[in-house]
Amino acid sequence: MNAGTTMKLEIDAVAKSYGDRAVLDGLTLKVAEHEVVCLIGPSGCGKSTLLRCVDLLDPIDAGDVRLDGRSIIGREVDADAVRRRIGIVFQSFNLFPHMTVLDNVTLGARRAHGVDRATAEATGRDLLSRFGLSDKANEYPNRISGGQNQRAAIARALMSDPEVLLLDEVTSALDPELVGEVLGVIRELAGRGLTMVLATHEMGFAREVADRVCFLDRGRVLEEAPPAELFTEPRQERTQQFLRRVMEAGRL
Amino acid sequence: MSPDVPTRPPQRGRVRRALGDIDGLRSAVIATVSAVVVFGGGAFVVVRSPNWPRVRQQFFNGDDFVDAWPQVLDGFWLNLELFAYAMLLIPIVALAIAVMRSLRGPAFWPVRFIAVVYTDVFRGIPLILLILLLGFGVPALDISGLPRSSTFWGIIALTLSYSAYTAEIYRSGIDAVPESQTASARALGLTQWQSLRFAILPQAVRNVVPALMNTVVSLQKDVALISVLGVRDAVREAQIYTTRTFNYTSFVVATLLFLAISIPLTRFVDWFIARDRALRSQTMVG
Repeated sequence: MNAGTTMKLEIDAVAKSYGDRAVLDGLTLKVAEHEVVCLIGPSGCGKSTLLRCVDLLDPIDAGDVRLDGRSIIGREVDADAVRRRIGIVFQSFNLFPHMTVLDNVTLGARRAHGVDRATAEATGRDLLSRFGLSDKANEYPNRISGGQNQRAAIARALMSDPEVLLLDEVTSALDPELVGEVLGVIRELAGRGLTMVLATHEMGFAREVADRVCFLDRGRVLEEAPPAELFTEPRQERTQQFLRRVMEAGRL
Repeated sequence: MSPDVPTRPPQRGRVRRALGDIDGLRSAVIATVSAVVVFGGGAFVVVRSPNWPRVRQQFFNGDDFVDAWPQVLDGFWLNLELFAYAMLLIPIVALAIAVMRSLRGPAFWPVRFIAVVYTDVFRGIPLILLILLLGFGVPALDISGLPRSSTFWGIIALTLSYSAYTAEIYRSGIDAVPESQTASARALGLTQWQSLRFAILPQAVRNVVPALMNTVVSLQKDVALISVLGVRDAVREAQIYTTRTFNYTSFVVATLLFLAISIPLTRFVDWFIARDRALRSQTMVG
């Protein structure tokens, strides 16, 4: 995190509003290579919007986003090429219900990246077995559990070998007993040094896996620090308030 | 995954089954009595009407039935041919219109505009008028290279009109697919078109199959409208027979021919929809 080196991902004063409501209000966040950054904050603080904007699924109103020092915002940018370098996983898995797990995982490679089916399927099966899903390759998404769905969705996002992975509250839609298996997969990815930005409500997990935790409030990063610091001695009053509430809800 | 089947105490089960048998018997008796009263009463009223003998002579004459049958059946093949061509063309045109209307972004504005105008215009014109306009109008223009056959323009009119309705059915199916599906397809690097083609349309079409099947039943009957162009289909042949013999049994022949197709088709559609619903609820686990 030296000032001199180029950051992997730089989010620079990004603003985004839906109608009158400003969701992101000049948000700035820098992520170094191999770093795992957790975004925490109350719902509506802009976590999901930020991740969608970084993956170019929603246009931003102002500011800039840079990947390896080069802007990915603007007309001349090939959005599909950028999305290949940045993977995203959603809260509600969003696997395609009419395709098998394996077809879901390989769709992007086969259709968008011109990989032939045999090669794509070999890579896909490797990923699935890495996440303990080898026997589910030919199942349809509504035939497997939520946890298996989400692990398959992570495998799908990793197919293009992205440089950055964005995870948007990937365990929030899961039954409590299925959360662990998905967190296990993310832990493994962090261990391999994948650069990740994850919005999460799992404070315990954030504490364990994150290099840095950012507390988002009203579309800005209000406070950021290594987890040990932010969770034990938060400086901002709002951060303290938020963590207190989370604690009362028994999630820390 | 497998739903727990509640185990009922055996005794109560037997009692319930016995009661069920009595219920079933009672229902059967009520249904029979009601059927006799309704249908018997209806038939009685018709047969006792003062003109029944003449109507029977005019509409339900056995000799005329046999006489008119080959001619009307001959015309009916044309109806089936029209039906087949329209069935081939409508899904393609309709899907194209629906896709045009679903494309997002300012660059596609003209495309969306064309699709909207198309559906508005062709849903707004009564089918019979459209058939008359195209069937008589276009051949009269005498443009070289364009077919002049009334049958051809009849098929085009049916296709244009039905595609407008069918496109709206497809569009409702596309709209019913959650936006998050598009987002995750785009996130994989698929273009807008690829997202539609591989992620959205397969789900959309499956959503609307029951609605599409009902359109098929409706189309099967509307092919009879082509008779207004003087094309010798079943209805036209029946008319010709009537003007020659002053007997209307030929219309009954045509009616029975259409029913022979549409009733099995309707039954099939009902069966298909029920099966589709059962399959879906079955896979909705977790």
